[in-house]
Amino acid sequence: MNCIVCVTSVPDTASVIKIGPDGKNIDETGIKWIVSPFDEYALEEALQITEAKGGEVTAVTYGPARSEAALRDCLARGAHKAVHVIGGEATLGDSFTIAKVLAKALDGREYDLVLCGNMGVGTDCAQVGPMLAELVDIPHVANVTKLEVGDDSLSAGRDVEGGQEQVESPLPALLTCQKGLNEPRYAALKGIMAAKRKPVDKIEVATLGIDEATDSTYNVRSLELPPPKSEGTIIQGEDDPAGAAAQLVNLLRNEAKAI
Amino acid sequence: MAGILVFVEQRNGDIRQASLQAISEAHRQAGGDVAAVFVGSGIGDAAAGLGAYGAARVFLADDPNLALYSSEGYGEAVAKAVESAAPNAVFFAGTAMGRDLAPWVAAKLGTGALADVVALEKDGDQFVARRPVYSGKAFATVDSAGSKPQVISLRPNVFAAEETGGSAEVVALDGLSLAIRAVVKDLLDTGGGEIDVAEADIIVSGGRGLKGPENFALIRELAQALGGAVGASRAAVDAGWIAHKHQVGQTGKVVSPSLYVAAGISGAIQHLAGMSSSKIIVAVNKDPDAPIFKIADYGIVGDLFDVIPPMVEEVKKLAG
Repeated sequence: MNCIVCVTSVPDTASVIKIGPDGKNIDETGIKWIVSPFDEYALEEALQITEAKGGEVTAVTYGPARSEAALRDCLARGAHKAVHVIGGEATLGDSFTIAKVLAKALDGREYDLVLCGNMGVGTDCAQVGPMLAELVDIPHVANVTKLEVGDDSLSAGRDVEGGQEQVESPLPALLTCQKGLNEPRYAALKGIMAAKRKPVDKIEVATLGIDEATDSTYNVRSLELPPPKSEGTIIQGEDDPAGAAAQLVNLLRNEAKAI
Repeated sequence: MAGILVFVEQRNGDIRQASLQAISEAHRQAGGDVAAVFVGSGIGDAAAGLGAYGAARVFLADDPNLALYSSEGYGEAVAKAVESAAPNAVFFAGTAMGRDLAPWVAAKLGTGALADVVALEKDGDQFVARRPVYSGKAFATVDSAGSKPQVISLRPNVFAAEETGGSAEVVALDGLSLAIRAVVKDLLDTGGGEIDVAEADIIVSGGRGLKGPENFALIRELAQALGGAVGASRAAVDAGWIAHKHQVGQTGKVVSPSLYVAAGISGAIQHLAGMSSSKIIVAVNKDPDAPIFKIADYGIVGDLFDVIPPMVEEVKKLAG
């Protein structure tokens, strides 16, 4: 069973976000780049599936040169091969162009499953997975927290408001993976050493027939920080917690009108 | 401009509030030129009612094979409606269904999509949208770089639903070619009667300060007294104290309720990103220097085990 895992490189979730000098992008100074946390569930699931059933895991990313670190991380955790489509700085947040690039990168490869994270943390679109599935014409299940894979079909649980959809699909299929699906492994030292010798297939985005400038479907006009909050009313409640609680509930009722 | 088509979501024939919000916003943006596409099985009676929120036409796909959601089945219906209505934009409510369907439909139409939009304005013949990025640590103002139609999903509970008192012409969508490969076999109720944090107007969240899973009972009591949902920090979820569906934060749910109570949550940047757009934020924490107090509208510095029980009593008194 061959799995393709699509990963993206994002700022660490603990990053303080500052606006860059162009007013459209973040200031990348001091940002630590990590594999998008949801992609870790996708990779882990692919590794477990191929460990049980055989086959190979190919990690694919579309991003600038620094994104190779994300692929090396996937290889260190056990992915067999990697594909790096180089580009993507102009198309950050442009889900449709990203999906088109990935579809071209998948062209001609043999796979039973394509696994993506539920969303790329940061751009927060959660769109590339379903778009990619449509473009390569395979069924998909998004937001998966439970999965059983058979020889030619799968059964997945997908979280929706207040419930879980039970979905069955033939293979090949695409999944977007959500927290709760598995516990991602860390890379061991042996894996990190082995990753250095594993192949990374490098492709310039232009050679896929995509022009990042003219094919754009997402244009950032400006990026701003949220307005600062004014100082709140803080009650010292160590000595009289019950009195503080009564005062707070009174404020919520009569001042904030929130309850 | 040639109007807006709105995908309207229902569950067991009940129209989702977030969809009514989407129709209302479409009506505010496009006046009378709003159509809805309504998909399901045995839902014909509810279709005409969408006129009351501003839909002039309702494209109805009523088919037993569409009883439960599938991107392929519902997407085929939306694509057919797009063919008929030739809209300038297609709106979706940003629910679990909408966030799945919108990108799939966009790809089918060969166009881009803007997700999780919280404000819209027109610039010539295209919409300019404001959307939170980095889980609300920043806001981006974006457009679709001229790609048409514009596919846009609207964050629930941000846009107002308002009745316009209009009526709608219902048009049946015929000749759908339904080739559904990923089939929803069942929709399990995993909520156990609890309100989902993604839909809640009031959320009470607990974190590491609870010291153990059993103490979520305190959080649950306050949530019940307030008629709200139970949330949790990543620390509490990662410790295995509560299921991930309760997690609020950058790798959990991003919420904006009218009241958010954080108890025993210090306010890691990861958590703040998921709830900082709540209207009123209340913090209860022992540590006066906890970052959560910096964004709190109200707070109590004190031990949550001493503060929460009397809060529950005070709230119950209000309810009489």
